[in-house]
Amino acid sequence: MSPTAPRVSIQTQDFDLNAEIDTLRRTDPRVGAVCAFVGTVRDRNEGQSVATMELEHYPGMTERAIEAMIDQAFERFDIFGARVVHRVGLLQPLDQIVMVAVTSAHRGESFQACEFLMDYLKTQAPFWKKEQTPEGARWVDARVSDDAALARWGIEARNA
Amino acid sequence: MHVNLRFFAAIRESVGTASLSLDTGAGTVGALRDELIARGGAWAEALARGQAVRASLDQAMVDDDAPLRPGCEVAFFPPVTGG
Repeated sequence: MSPTAPRVSIQTQDFDLNAEIDTLRRTDPRVGAVCAFVGTVRDRNEGQSVATMELEHYPGMTERAIEAMIDQAFERFDIFGARVVHRVGLLQPLDQIVMVAVTSAHRGESFQACEFLMDYLKTQAPFWKKEQTPEGARWVDARVSDDAALARWGIEARNA
Repeated sequence: MHVNLRFFAAIRESVGTASLSLDTGAGTVGALRDELIARGGAWAEALARGQAVRASLDQAMVDDDAPLRPGCEVAFFPPVTGG
């Protein structure tokens, strides 16, 4: 990964996964595995249709929190590069929300690091989702299952 | 001491402001929350003990016992739901 390439971006605009992966791996011949996750907006949640979703964040803290998560991923797993892009603002069903991409020599480390970063982000990065449904706007509730997902890595989430 | 407060998401909507600067006698994040609850009304409702409220101090997640520093930034917000 280029030393100047940012590891974390919080942005309103969409992202291009292929371009992000290309930046992450093209100058690093040690890489033999790339694992990426993309989260998208569903048109249903908790039994109701979702027309739009608005994402709020805590500018500054969000970037710092995700940077710290990436530092932890580098400590835990033998990985070469990591990139997190998260969108904020108004989104619609089918839109991309978040991407995590990780590179390593072999697949196991990047698979694990990618899941670790997503589990961490779900419960520790300051973002909040508000959905527009036919019955009005509602803030999305945190899920206990997301706390459990982080607990698998030996980290107590204490979010939901 | 003087502290800077931030509120996000449902808590921001409930208390009707995104930020606030005030002088507090509280020594910890938890005591500051109690001071805000004591204002009553929307403050008491949004930050009530038993409500799911998380806090940060200078942009790092903290518990109630985190000590305040002069000029620090404290935020109160609901459980996070990104990703």
